[in-house]
Amino acid sequence: MKPTLDTAWAVQWLRLAAKVIAENRMALIELDRVIGDGDHGENMDRGFSAVLTKLDAEPPATPGAAFKLVAMTLMSKVGGAAGPLYGTAFLRAASAVGDAAELDSNTLAAALAAARDGVVARGKASVGEKTMIDAWTPAVDAASAAAASGATPAALLAAAATAAEAGSVSTDPLIARKGRASYLGERAIGHRDPGSVSSALILRAAAQAAGEGA
Amino acid sequence: MSVGLVIVSHSTQLAAGVVELAEQMAPDVVLIPAGGMDDGGIGTSLEKVMSALGEADTGAGAVVLTDLGSAVMTAEAALEFMGSPELVRLADAPLVEGAVAAAVAAQSGASLEVVLKAAETALAAPAISAVPAPAAAEGPASSAAVADTAVTAVLRLINPMGLHARPAGALAGALGAMDVDIEINGVDGQSVMMLMTLGAAQGTELNVSATGPDAQRAVELVRTQVEAGFGEI
Repeated sequence: MKPTLDTAWAVQWLRLAAKVIAENRMALIELDRVIGDGDHGENMDRGFSAVLTKLDAEPPATPGAAFKLVAMTLMSKVGGAAGPLYGTAFLRAASAVGDAAELDSNTLAAALAAARDGVVARGKASVGEKTMIDAWTPAVDAASAAAASGATPAALLAAAATAAEAGSVSTDPLIARKGRASYLGERAIGHRDPGSVSSALILRAAAQAAGEGA
Repeated sequence: MSVGLVIVSHSTQLAAGVVELAEQMAPDVVLIPAGGMDDGGIGTSLEKVMSALGEADTGAGAVVLTDLGSAVMTAEAALEFMGSPELVRLADAPLVEGAVAAAVAAQSGASLEVVLKAAETALAAPAISAVPAPAAAEGPASSAAVADTAVTAVLRLINPMGLHARPAGALAGALGAMDVDIEINGVDGQSVMMLMTLGAAQGTELNVSATGPDAQRAVELVRTQVEAGFGEI
């Protein structure tokens, strides 16, 4: 296993993310239709389709440049709240990795933490409010633990994705405190938060691009 | 050179409409709409907001007004993307009222912070009692009036459209630049929004009462404008 991940990994991650978002478009629409306004799947698919076009048109030179490209594109194309939230996440990750050509486990853990902090700063949500933060925070904790124990980047990302998936499932019994779903009160109970699902899908794609967690 | 405004809305038409309305009262202010997605759909676009910011700040800075939830997030993200420009402020204000109040302030040449405050206090309750202005003598009080003696006047609107948006903006803008506390029929004469709430039509009497160093000058300005029918007759 390689001790670092490079630009090719970053590009492959974004391509896989676009693929998995497209495959899950209807599922995300359905989840969002129940407790939101039903546009999450379509918005994310539109955003990541635009990411694919941009990757072909302007191939990024570093992982940071790839993250910045995706930040800019999602913020311009997604439209709903997910645009600025994911956009800020990728923008903060880009800042965290700078112009490094290779990312080691510690850098990846720091980038994930910076991304999560960006989502928190923008959306002002915390754990337990039935948002994507419920997927991101356990993912960041798992990544930090993996980095501290000397795990490879691929293993770190696989651990983060698994934690995000569990975090997403944990939103089922919650009452939403942020966003459109918060208007539903107890009626949101029993439904999974769509933002946490798309977050878990995107993090799993990162692990798959690194060769683990397929 | 005045402070510019950027109007961020989920809807292309709503942003354009707010600009259209505010323009009536601020013909010289740069007002840039950033509404809808790049393809015209409902949503907000980082690129549109960033490009609007570039156009709106002509050197004196720009104030950004937003509609709902994610428009605020997009505007915040745009500022973060641009490295938090020193001369851009995000107003925590109602879109329509805030834009109109900010545009009027910008038209009067107010600074960035004053324009921001105009937007953010657009809905503030007027600092008045419910008691109407004291029965006023025709014409200004003695020119020897001391600071807390109100300078008053009773004026009748003669122009057909009365105190509508444009003259309300012009009056509030000019009065806003003076050191005066002025009430017109019980509302703050420096607030375009409050003047517009009067709905004062042709023939309406305006009870004007002012205190402060510029009181005399302020009442005279209102008198001149009203008697000239705001240049509309």
